[in-house]
Amino acid sequence: MEISLKATASNQPPANSSREGVLAEPLAALLTRMKISRLNFFYSKKQALFDVNLEIAANRVTALIGPSGCGKSTLLRTMNRMYETLRNVRLEGEILLDNENLLALDVVQLRRRVGMVFQRPNPFPKSIFENVAFGLRINGYKGSLADSVEHSLKRAALWEEVKDQLHKSAYALSGGQQQRLCIARALAVDPEILLLDEPCSALDPVTTAKIEELMIELKKNYTIVIVTHNMQQAARVSDFTAFMLNGVCVEFNPTALLFTTPSDPRTESYITGRFG
Amino acid sequence: MERHFEQELGELKERLLWMGSLAERAVHQSVQSVLESSEALAHRVVEEELAINQMQMEIDDRVLQMLALQQLMASDLRFVLAASRINADLERIGDQAVNIAQSALRVVQHPRVRPYIDLPRMSLAAESMVRDSLNALVNKDTDLAHSVMLRDDQVDHLRDQVFRELLTYMMENSSVVFPAFELILVAKNLERIADHATNIAEDVIYMVVGHDVRHHAPEQA
Repeated sequence: MEISLKATASNQPPANSSREGVLAEPLAALLTRMKISRLNFFYSKKQALFDVNLEIAANRVTALIGPSGCGKSTLLRTMNRMYETLRNVRLEGEILLDNENLLALDVVQLRRRVGMVFQRPNPFPKSIFENVAFGLRINGYKGSLADSVEHSLKRAALWEEVKDQLHKSAYALSGGQQQRLCIARALAVDPEILLLDEPCSALDPVTTAKIEELMIELKKNYTIVIVTHNMQQAARVSDFTAFMLNGVCVEFNPTALLFTTPSDPRTESYITGRFG
Repeated sequence: MERHFEQELGELKERLLWMGSLAERAVHQSVQSVLESSEALAHRVVEEELAINQMQMEIDDRVLQMLALQQLMASDLRFVLAASRINADLERIGDQAVNIAQSALRVVQHPRVRPYIDLPRMSLAAESMVRDSLNALVNKDTDLAHSVMLRDDQVDHLRDQVFRELLTYMMENSSVVFPAFELILVAKNLERIADHATNIAEDVIYMVVGHDVRHHAPEQA
C-alpha cells in the first residue's frame, strides 16, 4: 500500500480511522433477517436443541461452531425446515424470517428464500448450464435463462473458468468448482439467506480460500449462515459467531470479540483447544 | 498429558519472568552505582545488558513462531500479544538502567552535589513498580496491576521535585551544573522505567481480562 506524502505531511489519520466497531459491530445496529426464539428440537425422544435464541443479521456472515454432535447442523437445518424430510422429529419455539413466521411459510417458497449448500458438492448429473438453470425452470422463471445462469456463475466466481464449457457435465469440474457450482445453483433463485453446511470440509486449502473469499463477496447481497468445524475459518470469514455445546447456544457474539475475549469459560476452553 | 503447546506457553512465560528479573536487577544495581558512587557496579550493569538483549531476541523468536504456527485464540492469544509488548518494555527498562549506569560513571568524576534524598525514594518507587508489575504477571493479579498504574503519578511527582531542587543548585553554583545535570538524567530515566512498569501493568490487565486500559481508555464492563 502506498502512503501519500501529502497525507503524512498534513498529519491527518487515514480516512475512516477509528477503533469504533473494529472488534465489535453491535448486532443491535443491524437489520435482523432471521430471529430464532426459545427453539427446542427433538429427534424422537432425544432433545438436540435447548432453548436456542439467535438473531441473524442481514448482509453479514454468521458462523455456528462447536464440537461434533453439539447441534449446529440441526440448528442450520431448522432455518429452511430441511428437518422435515426426517421422520419422528419435533420442533418447538419460534423462527421469524423478515418478521414472518417461518414455520407457517410454504416450504417451496421458504427454500427459495433460504438456499442451502451442503458439505459435499452435489451437482445434478446434468450440464453446468442445466445445474444452474434447474431451480429457475422449476420456479417458472420467465426471463432469459442464459443471462441468469451467467449472472449466478459470475456471483459464485466460477464464470471465467466455465464460460466456454457450459454444456459439459458438471461432474467434469474439480471439487472446488463443483462446490461453487452448487453455490451458483443456490444463488440462481435469488435467495435472501444462504445456509452453508461445512462447505469447505471436502476441499483443499487453495479451493477453501476461494470459497472463503466468495463468502465475503456474497455477503454484500446475501445473508450467510455457515456451519464449520474449522474455527480459523469462522474467525476469518464471519462477522458473528455462535458457540454451541450439547444443544445449547453457549455464546453468541461478534466474531472478533468471541475469539479474543470470550465471555463464557466453556467457549474459552473450546477455542483454545482445551476440550472438544 | 500436557500438550506441546502448553509447554511452549510455559517456556515463553518462564523466559519473560527471567528477563524481568534481569531488568529488575539492572535497575537496582544502576541506581546503587549512583548512590554508592560505584564504578564497578555501573560497569556490571553495562555488561549484563547483553543478556537482556539476547533474551529479548529469543522471546521475539518464540512469539513469532507461536503466532505463525499455532492458531492462537482468546487468553492464549492475549498472553502471547502481551508477552511481545512486555518483552519490548523490559528491554527498554534494561536500556534505561544502562543510561543510569553511564550517568553514574560520569557523576563519580565530580564531588557529590548534595546528599541524595529524593533520588533513593524515587528509585524505591520505580523498582517496586517494576517488581509488582512482574508479580501481577505471574499471579494474573489485576488489582496489583491497577495499583502499579496508580503509583506512576507518585514517581512523576518525585521527578519534578528532583528537577526543581537540582535546578536551584545549578543556578546557585555553576560548578555543579555537570553532575547536577547527570542526576536530572538519572531521575528522567527512573521516571521512564516507571512508565514501562505501567505499560507492563496495563498489558497484564489486557492479558487477564481482555480490557485495553492504555491511554486512560475507559474499562469495558
